[in-house]
Amino acid sequence: MFKTVIRRAGKCAVVAAAGLMMMSAQAAEPIKIGSFLSVTGPASFLGDPELKTLEMYVEKINEEGGVLGRQLELIHYDDVGNASSARNFASRLIRSDRVDIIVGGSTTGATMAAVPLIQQAKVPLISLAGAVVITTPVKEWVFKTPQTDRMAAERILTDMKERGITRFGLISGTGGFGSSGRTQTLEVAEQMGMEVVADVTYSGSDTDMTAQLTNIRNTSGVEAVLNFGFGQGPAIVTRNYAQLGMELPFYQSHGVASDSFLELAGASAEGLRLPASPLLVPDSLPEDDPQKEVVQNYKAEYEARWDSKVSTFGAYAYDGLMLAVRAIEEAGSTDPEAVREALENIDGYVGVTGVFNMSPEDHNGLDPDSFRILEVQDGEWKLIK
Amino acid sequence: MLNNLMQSRLRGLVILALILLILPVFLGNPFHYELVTQMAIIAATVVGLNLLVGFAGQISLGHAGFFGLGAYFTGIATGTYGWPSVPALVVGAIVVGFIAWIVGRPILRLKGHYLSMATLAVGFIIAIILNNERALTGGPDGMPVPAFEVFGWELSAFGSYSLFGIDIEGFQAWYIFASVVLLVAVWFALNLIESPIGRALRSVHGSEVAASVVGVNTAKYKSLVFVISAVYASLMGSLYAHFQGFITPAVASFEFSILFITMVVLGGMGSTFGVILGAVVLKLLPQVLADFQELEHVMFGLILMLTMIFMPKGLLPTLTIFFSKRMRRKAGGEA
Repeated sequence: MFKTVIRRAGKCAVVAAAGLMMMSAQAAEPIKIGSFLSVTGPASFLGDPELKTLEMYVEKINEEGGVLGRQLELIHYDDVGNASSARNFASRLIRSDRVDIIVGGSTTGATMAAVPLIQQAKVPLISLAGAVVITTPVKEWVFKTPQTDRMAAERILTDMKERGITRFGLISGTGGFGSSGRTQTLEVAEQMGMEVVADVTYSGSDTDMTAQLTNIRNTSGVEAVLNFGFGQGPAIVTRNYAQLGMELPFYQSHGVASDSFLELAGASAEGLRLPASPLLVPDSLPEDDPQKEVVQNYKAEYEARWDSKVSTFGAYAYDGLMLAVRAIEEAGSTDPEAVREALENIDGYVGVTGVFNMSPEDHNGLDPDSFRILEVQDGEWKLIK
Repeated sequence: MLNNLMQSRLRGLVILALILLILPVFLGNPFHYELVTQMAIIAATVVGLNLLVGFAGQISLGHAGFFGLGAYFTGIATGTYGWPSVPALVVGAIVVGFIAWIVGRPILRLKGHYLSMATLAVGFIIAIILNNERALTGGPDGMPVPAFEVFGWELSAFGSYSLFGIDIEGFQAWYIFASVVLLVAVWFALNLIESPIGRALRSVHGSEVAASVVGVNTAKYKSLVFVISAVYASLMGSLYAHFQGFITPAVASFEFSILFITMVVLGGMGSTFGVILGAVVLKLLPQVLADFQELEHVMFGLILMLTMIFMPKGLLPTLTIFFSKRMRRKAGGEA
């Protein structure tokens, strides 16, 4: 009796397996795109628009017939901004879900925690995080879409130089973004023959930066002030700056290039400059700007779908997904090595963040000019150049 | 009689070893191995912490600080200065033990929960140092850690090895290694508990006044066990760093300290095997709830609340009492 049960079960299994195989032969297996993002937690302002963008465009691409005739499947995990869970989820994507490519890592910490694993598992990763360490030195399997903080520093300092400024004061946050930005600024300043005459920091929980700013003001020879920071710190610095009545040219980093910063800083933001994505000023871009159409479309589609304001962070995810799709199309398969090579050879892809020209030596593919210098005028972003 | 004692003490250890032996049958892919390996490392840390919480009745709110210090010591010594893994691990543990001794020595002469406050502060200080010493630790963005190696032989989760003629993958090798580490950690803890030190500690936990009246040097024993549990944390932090291959200051964060304490309370204070269960449950939770990430904290709180209300002794002790009662009733019915 027991034997017959087993025999019957065996027959059933064979039939079921055959059925499954036939089904998979009819519909080609989907291309699996993995993603780990900080959708909740302290970095949710990065992960939330990123995930929304990925979901929305995976849907759109599938409606239009997919890639290489195969549908896309997005497998996503939320790392809550925690580096070790980012690493675990990356491992789960690679080893359990067996994804073909990964778009993700909202923060530098999350990305870097996954990098050793990615390098060993040989799966292409397109990171959405900023710091320069991700792609310098170049790691074979790791790419990224946002400009590096080094480029931001270069862009700001170039603009200062054009205004005839060579000595400036630096105030930076002690968080990951601020301290990495500080290091890059100091290096770039030395290269460009500029002098950082004052160098002060504040911690993320500080509620008043008057002391640090007074320190800068009292340093002789300061011609401008640059603030490298993230979150609420820069808004407080901006307000204190106005309260102290400081008249020197004031720069912020790309870390605060969002409309919510304008709301937080209010009228005290008037006149400050920062490097930013063209996404903040889609309509004032000149007609011959190759990015104008891409930027306007992304903004319109995102805002129509989610009924919330578009953010530059979501644009990183847009570029990441589109680069992945383009690379898979060029490679003609999802073979990791072929996709990796195709990514490395991406040339002239016009994205929302900038125009990407990758090479084996450059896994970011952007140049500092992809940043636009904006100035706050009458409470609005104004394109300077 | 001696035989009996040995049996009761080692029975749990044998069961744990059997579970670890059988477990691979249920592990479907390398990711599962990785998860269990992490669980074993964390569980061993918690077994050490339980010596302090469950037996000496002291609470450390900064154990992640010691864990993180061990991890970073290993990361910096092996990564930046090219030390071999084992000396780095040992020296790291000695340094952490010494720090714990300096912190614990004066405070543990006092009665009450002053140690929690001191460890809270130490944990924060360690986390701040790891965050700010960018040149040494890589700052908030973290630093890479090389693979574990002994005499030029590397144990990497991605390698493949041949052990006694059997081919095994790197993740399986790590699983075996972490299992052995956990068994040794448990064996040491069980022996410590049954030793004169353990008895002295339990008397301190019961009533400190009574203990000192019968001649137990309470301050000495409390600081000894505090140092031991910090060394446990440091050793496991070192292994964790090697296994992960990358560490950030989050390993030393306050949240992580709280997670450790929660594992002890959930699993059952004073129950060496209970706290392992606590570690397994809390390490599994984020993976099980991966699709409902926003619920994780709600579930975390709910589990903790329900345990406190319905199983104040913790998961394993309550379950053991429940089942042994049922079995006794069954036996009684049959007779």
